[in-house]
Amino acid sequence: MKNPIGSLNKIFDSRIRLGVMSVLIVNDSVSFNDLKQLLELTDGNLASHLNTLEQAAYIKMHKAFIGRKTNTTYTITPLGKQSFQSHLDALEKMIKGI
Amino acid sequence: MNQQEQLETLNDIRNIMNRSSKFISLSGLSGIFAGITALLGAYFAHQALKDYLAGNIGYGYDAQSDIEIELLKIGVLVLVVALLGGIFFTYRQSRKKNLPLWDSTSRNLIVNLAIPLVTGGLFVIALLLNHSNAVGLIAPSTLIFYGLALINASKFTYSDIKFLGVCEIILGIIAMFNIGYGLYFWAAGFGVLHILYGSIMYFKYEKR
Repeated sequence: MKNPIGSLNKIFDSRIRLGVMSVLIVNDSVSFNDLKQLLELTDGNLASHLNTLEQAAYIKMHKAFIGRKTNTTYTITPLGKQSFQSHLDALEKMIKGI
Repeated sequence: MNQQEQLETLNDIRNIMNRSSKFISLSGLSGIFAGITALLGAYFAHQALKDYLAGNIGYGYDAQSDIEIELLKIGVLVLVVALLGGIFFTYRQSRKKNLPLWDSTSRNLIVNLAIPLVTGGLFVIALLLNHSNAVGLIAPSTLIFYGLALINASKFTYSDIKFLGVCEIILGIIAMFNIGYGLYFWAAGFGVLHILYGSIMYFKYEKR
């Protein structure tokens, strides 16, 4: 039998990254501040996790300006969507298997 | 990781998905409040119509006011009171849940609610301007467009609101074929259905 833990994605080990993906999969585009508020995180903490996800090409960052303020928004990539979904499937399988 | 942890993780994910894409601070109490307001409004409108038919409005002691103005006054008052009540109870609920009242979810909800609603409002105005004898269609049209608005907005809040929308549309269609009982259908749709829906929501999501 295939080891079920093998199909769990290492990147989604962190609860915060899992949270970010959960938000992005149901919303077209979410701003940094909205993410911060939803997940109740500090700037630095959220930024480092977003960085990891961006490097994995699971999310994409878009920088824009509202007046003089920067408005950074994030969207999920097709790869991110696919990885997140297979991670959820793996989680589900594990729970059912035990 | 054990099973309990996995389940908690899945629960977290579902929670975040819901919280970030749906406006869940809509209070059932605001539905009940709007329903009661609508019923009171319907009662006063009924009284005004009775007075009008008895010949008291437009003549006699109340010569200054027309029946149209009188009904419009009642309608606007009901709308304002119901909206204020709705905002108040929703504000209270969002405080309790520690969620912002105005964010992308409430904006989505309002925009998607407004599109069919404004369309319906303009339709009714056009109807009145072009066909002054089509007054009987006002109540059915408002019910139907309101139902469509609720169904359209249901993606952005508790999906139960879709059911309320379907009921409003059914009522509106029945009313469309029974012209002349508009006020009763209107009272049932905006009064009774709101109270019913509000109570169901209150007991389902708020009373624990």
